[in-house]
Amino acid sequence: MSASSTAPPQNTPLPAPARWTRKDLTGLQDLSAEELTLLLDTAAAFKTVGTRNIKKVPALRGKTLVNFFVEPSTRTRVSFELAAERLSADIINMSASGSSLTKGETLKDTALNLQALHADVIVLRHSSSGAAQFLAERLEASVVNAGDGAHEHPTQALLDAFTIRERKGRLSGLHVAIVGDILFSRVARSDIFALTKLGAKVTLVGPSTLVPVELARLGVEISHDLDSLLPELDVINMLRVQHERQQKAYFPSLGEYTALFGLTKARAARLREDCLVMHPGPINRGVEIDSDVADSARSVILEQVTNGLAVRMAVLYLCNAARSGEWL
Amino acid sequence: MSSKNTLFKNGRVLDPANRRDAIGDVLVLEGRIAAAGAAVPADAEVVDCTGLLVTPGLIDLHVHLREPGQSAKETIASGSKAAAAGGFTTVVCMPNTSPSIDSASVVSWVLEKARAEACVRVLATGALSKGIAGEEMAPIGALKKAGVVALTDDGRCIQNHELMRRALEYAKMFGLVVMDHCQDYSLVGKGVMHEGYWSTVLGLPGWPAAGEELIVQRNALLAELTGTPIHCQHLSAAGSVRVLREARLRGVPLSGEICPHHIALTDACLQGYDTNFKMNPPLRSEEHVEALLEGVADGTITILASDHAPHCGFEKEVEFDQAPFGILGLETEVGLFLDILVHKRKVIDLNRFVEMYTVNPARLLGLDSGTLSPGVPADITVLNPGLEWTFDRDASFSLSRNTPFHGWELKGRAVRTVVAGKTVWTV
Repeated sequence: MSASSTAPPQNTPLPAPARWTRKDLTGLQDLSAEELTLLLDTAAAFKTVGTRNIKKVPALRGKTLVNFFVEPSTRTRVSFELAAERLSADIINMSASGSSLTKGETLKDTALNLQALHADVIVLRHSSSGAAQFLAERLEASVVNAGDGAHEHPTQALLDAFTIRERKGRLSGLHVAIVGDILFSRVARSDIFALTKLGAKVTLVGPSTLVPVELARLGVEISHDLDSLLPELDVINMLRVQHERQQKAYFPSLGEYTALFGLTKARAARLREDCLVMHPGPINRGVEIDSDVADSARSVILEQVTNGLAVRMAVLYLCNAARSGEWL
Repeated sequence: MSSKNTLFKNGRVLDPANRRDAIGDVLVLEGRIAAAGAAVPADAEVVDCTGLLVTPGLIDLHVHLREPGQSAKETIASGSKAAAAGGFTTVVCMPNTSPSIDSASVVSWVLEKARAEACVRVLATGALSKGIAGEEMAPIGALKKAGVVALTDDGRCIQNHELMRRALEYAKMFGLVVMDHCQDYSLVGKGVMHEGYWSTVLGLPGWPAAGEELIVQRNALLAELTGTPIHCQHLSAAGSVRVLREARLRGVPLSGEICPHHIALTDACLQGYDTNFKMNPPLRSEEHVEALLEGVADGTITILASDHAPHCGFEKEVEFDQAPFGILGLETEVGLFLDILVHKRKVIDLNRFVEMYTVNPARLLGLDSGTLSPGVPADITVLNPGLEWTFDRDASFSLSRNTPFHGWELKGRAVRTVVAGKTVWTV
């Protein structure tokens, strides 16, 4: 490799990393605004790697990363995998069905076995809230939460914040609505922590069965009236309606849900011209978001995916460096 | 058990059943409490109790000793040692074992094992429904004959109100109290912690207070309908206390107990996802804790218990929602309750404290213990209510270590436990 391809991107210097001291990223709740900004700045630096001829940096060269996905996922797993590739890590992909968890091995034992193979970073997706923290407390390796139950999905919220900041130039003072199933959404929780800390005004919108009033204590507004909010929003983030929870009586039908909370064309027409339409994916076209709206100029849904890569590179790099002391 | 003679000298003798609260002596002759004024034999051992409380042996009517079938968690032998170290001369074990205590043969097995291996009195409860499955009535007559002191499906709760009603009616014929774990399954669902702010932030399935309160209300109605006393176990919710208070004022045979963790801790403790804070019912928020304290203060809640629930380390060291419910309790409950109820919050005095651990559970279960009346077997607990000590889980007699109270500094402790005149434990 030539010197230029292995050096950190020149046009956007990496920010001073000394402020990052965490070996793990299990959630955003405890992060300061400074730490969040450092993550976003680092991601901005890494984003340029993706546009270069040789899309690799040696930040994790010689390091072993395990993509441990106990709960199924495609986009997050692929995004972490590609992020790790671009950082030159060696990668193992593991899913629950292919692991000893199906043979009754505990999460702790599976993880200790990975550690015994000298895994440096473990990226964990798990259906149990707190699973990432559980591992982080027990392993020397860095643990990055790729979504735990209904708790947090920190890299999704970071890529949301990154996308907004890149498009709008700031987060402070913006009004962001998060619409849908807040109760079961780890994305919503992480978004709330990140966006409020960075100065945005956040309104949670959805049926009263799926928007817990307790969340008002986190400094957000709660609304069940999407229509009245539309003209004042800078960002509207549509969460996926979770079909698998349909049998539970949270709302009468998908049709009524769409009628009340779907981002239809008529509703989109009432958004400000510069309002960003976001969605963490996978989208249900015609349910929470109209197909044309998802594909419209306001939609940054695919930019979110692209930015996810940069954000995950930043997270992997910083956590690994904080643990190993190996800074670029 | 030994039948030697002992003089417990110069303690504050606190015997609520006999309205005795005075500095004095308690003489034990041949393992029984001697009549007042009886001559002290020359060979009597003298135990100086100056500055200490001498009380009837404490009774914990809610413990899980895990035998038969779960002896990696606890055994009757180890659990009874933990009971002795906690100041208990009698414990009542729950029937949710493997197999469950739902037949005369299992009752006999438990009681025989207790006689052979336990250092304190172990009384058995029988299941209210077969296999604790909540579908068919357990053989209540056979269980009574085999020696159970109460019926309960603890750990589970009969959801079918018709079955509950008939089981209560049937139990009445045998004079058995029914103890109920109050939990409505449809409201609680897969809940693992109190439903509120913290469950929302932590993303853990919520266990709403209404899930307990609804069944306490059901029990109030059915206790009134059938006339069978129902004892509501491990109450955790404010609404439960309100329902219980109202029912008792009208003379309904309904009673309730609380466990120390429900007043010592709140749902905010769950922030680190530590499974040592996971129990059923769950830790609740401040307003529920305050309601429980009020319930103790005004006499609505009459019994204190531990819900001692040992689990192996490997069982607890898993993802939070997958861990079993329950924590140890026998060795910390006296310290926690004295510390909180008597010393810090001052909601009850020592008399009430002793009453709630002795005569009240004894009366509920129809036991002749819980007093220092002349002639009864000399079950005695010597308490030092001012003793400051630190709980070390590694020094526990339990086979398990699942407690959130490791390292807690507590004020008040049992210092000697005497069963039938024999000291089975001393600090």
